[in-house]
Amino acid sequence: MEIPENVKKRLSLPFEEHFYAGHTACQGCGAALGLRYVLKAYGKKAIFAIPACCSTIIAGPWPYSAFGAPLFHTAFETTGAVISGIEAALKAKGYKVKGKDGIMVVGWAGDGGTADIGLQALSGFLERGHDALYIMYDNEAYMNTGIQRSSSTPYGAWTTNTPGGKKHFLERRHKKKVIDIVIAHKIPYAATASIAFPEDFMRKLRKAQEIPGPSFIQLFAPCPTGWRAPTDKTIELARLAVQTAYFPLFEYENGKYKINMPSPKKEPKPIEEFLKLQGRFKYMTKEDIEILQEWVLREWKELKKKAEVFG
Amino acid sequence: MPKKVVSGNYAAAYAAKHARVEVVAAYPITPQTSIIEKIAEFIANGEAEIQYVPVESEHSAMAACIGASATGARAFTATSAQGLALMHEMLHWASGARLPIVMVNVNRAMAPPWSVWDDQTDSLAQRDTGWMQFYAENNQEVYDGVLMAFKVAEHRKVNLPVMIIESAFILSHTYDIVDMPPQEEIDEFLPPREPLYTLTDFDNPIAVGALGTPADYYEFRYKIEKAMEEARRVIKEVGKEFGEKFRRDYSQMIELYKTDDAEFIFMGMGSLMGTVKEAVDLLRKEGYKVGAAKVRWFRPFPKEELYKLAKNVEGIAVLDRNFSFGQEGILFNEAKGVLYNTDAHPIMKNYIVGLGGRDFTVSDIKTIAKNMKEIIERGKLDREIEWYHLKR
Repeated sequence: MEIPENVKKRLSLPFEEHFYAGHTACQGCGAALGLRYVLKAYGKKAIFAIPACCSTIIAGPWPYSAFGAPLFHTAFETTGAVISGIEAALKAKGYKVKGKDGIMVVGWAGDGGTADIGLQALSGFLERGHDALYIMYDNEAYMNTGIQRSSSTPYGAWTTNTPGGKKHFLERRHKKKVIDIVIAHKIPYAATASIAFPEDFMRKLRKAQEIPGPSFIQLFAPCPTGWRAPTDKTIELARLAVQTAYFPLFEYENGKYKINMPSPKKEPKPIEEFLKLQGRFKYMTKEDIEILQEWVLREWKELKKKAEVFG
Repeated sequence: MPKKVVSGNYAAAYAAKHARVEVVAAYPITPQTSIIEKIAEFIANGEAEIQYVPVESEHSAMAACIGASATGARAFTATSAQGLALMHEMLHWASGARLPIVMVNVNRAMAPPWSVWDDQTDSLAQRDTGWMQFYAENNQEVYDGVLMAFKVAEHRKVNLPVMIIESAFILSHTYDIVDMPPQEEIDEFLPPREPLYTLTDFDNPIAVGALGTPADYYEFRYKIEKAMEEARRVIKEVGKEFGEKFRRDYSQMIELYKTDDAEFIFMGMGSLMGTVKEAVDLLRKEGYKVGAAKVRWFRPFPKEELYKLAKNVEGIAVLDRNFSFGQEGILFNEAKGVLYNTDAHPIMKNYIVGLGGRDFTVSDIKTIAKNMKEIIERGKLDREIEWYHLKR
């Protein structure tokens, strides 16, 4: 269907699609939406590196590719290193990297590939200061392998290797704050984003392009399959994660924190609203929920304090 | 021609510079360090324009080289032993993605116990990764090997990575005269890389390494083997061209030394073959009809050359500075395998020598010669594998 030019102008996101139909994501996949936005933001002039993760499959088997931009599939733990090498080669060849009209080098890795096995290569990439963007799409477990816990899995979640059962064995560790580890590298730009807030995400992708040096975005991307949630609740879950302050939106830019909550004056909704839509939390007791709620509010308070002191 | 007195490691660094490598990603490990230190010095002095990525591990060194090579750059790295073992996963990735990366590996014994000394098991344990392997006898061969490696690796019918291998300390830290041709002659021999595909073609974007289902994976493997077969021809061509241009011929994958009339020969790889040649000269003076066969290229394996050689000798003493536990020396194992389906069946004995840098000298080779002569006269092996230096 032809979209009239005056309608296109009013769209809040670029009209062009570079992430094509025919990709093999599950119904309701948050990561696939994320990819769509990233490719909308950078168009064809981006080089992607994707390690072992859902997106390996989503992009399509040989000889297909759902990407309108070049894509290098790489080993699980290597995203940070591979994008470093791509960036170095582009510079050696005299290409403009990052900035307006520059080539965007994008590492796109899951939470397991980032928070766990890829943490070392990520740290190396950040510390060395390469002009590239690393996006961790966070679906809170090893979804491609079949829903095993990662260090980004939240307290109380069922996964196949932290199953709920008669002995009540669940994930007992809180979600690792990867973004804080990233910020500890004092890189120029780091942010959290959510597929429920595409305009905010798009703005952050643009900033990641403009600001020289390494950038990092942690993108909250619900996985209905792994979260045991209805496939039409993806956006709602992502929105609730923000509204409950379970996954607050913020930016860290040249040492300054800025919170980007959609309704800054509202108090966070109770965490239970986020939990109750998902089967993965069904084994949690009232006490478990209290423990998680307390953690969420404590972390939220810490973030607000940081924004207040280093705003 | 300009000559420099340099260590094996500096020879490698000069060769990388003269090959005009564009990206170097490396991590330090003894005894490889002075290669990357020298390259860093070239960059610091403005003598070379190289994007240098000081990575946080060897695994990332190879991963960064892979990213750089896929983007079209000429990529180089160097490592040793534990570092090479850590890279293992990415060695498969480099060959599977058909990337002509060149790496110098300084042969060093695997721990534990900790050792920094010469031993070939580190590189030979990477036998099945799809990398070509060239074993250098001396510093000149380290230098020449790196220059030839890029030309072979980047050949359009090959597109596979090459490992140039030198001995810990015996070459890496020992100074020798190395002849380095003028840069313009090297540029003529090795023009800039012209990759078939790169990640920078934004109008025709490629996806490298996507899922290969059982319906396709098999053919991907076959194509790597076809490339290895092509590499045998390309190696000889490039070796011949190198000889015509720079007067050092590398057209033979196995270098033969006084083998024409030899009753038996010593076969091995790397720096120990220099000692063997010395011993051959002395043994010939004592009346032994011996020769030496230095296997330069272990991958692709020089099957035909070995067959021709084996057909004309009564015995082969295979000297392995390496071991495959539960079996035998790795070169011995390979050589026996090549000859099984042929009519060349000399008596073959495996001598395990020099592991972890144990000294292996001319007098040891003389002792082995005596043993081999007895075996040939008797027409029967005393034992198939001998741990030559073992303390009793």
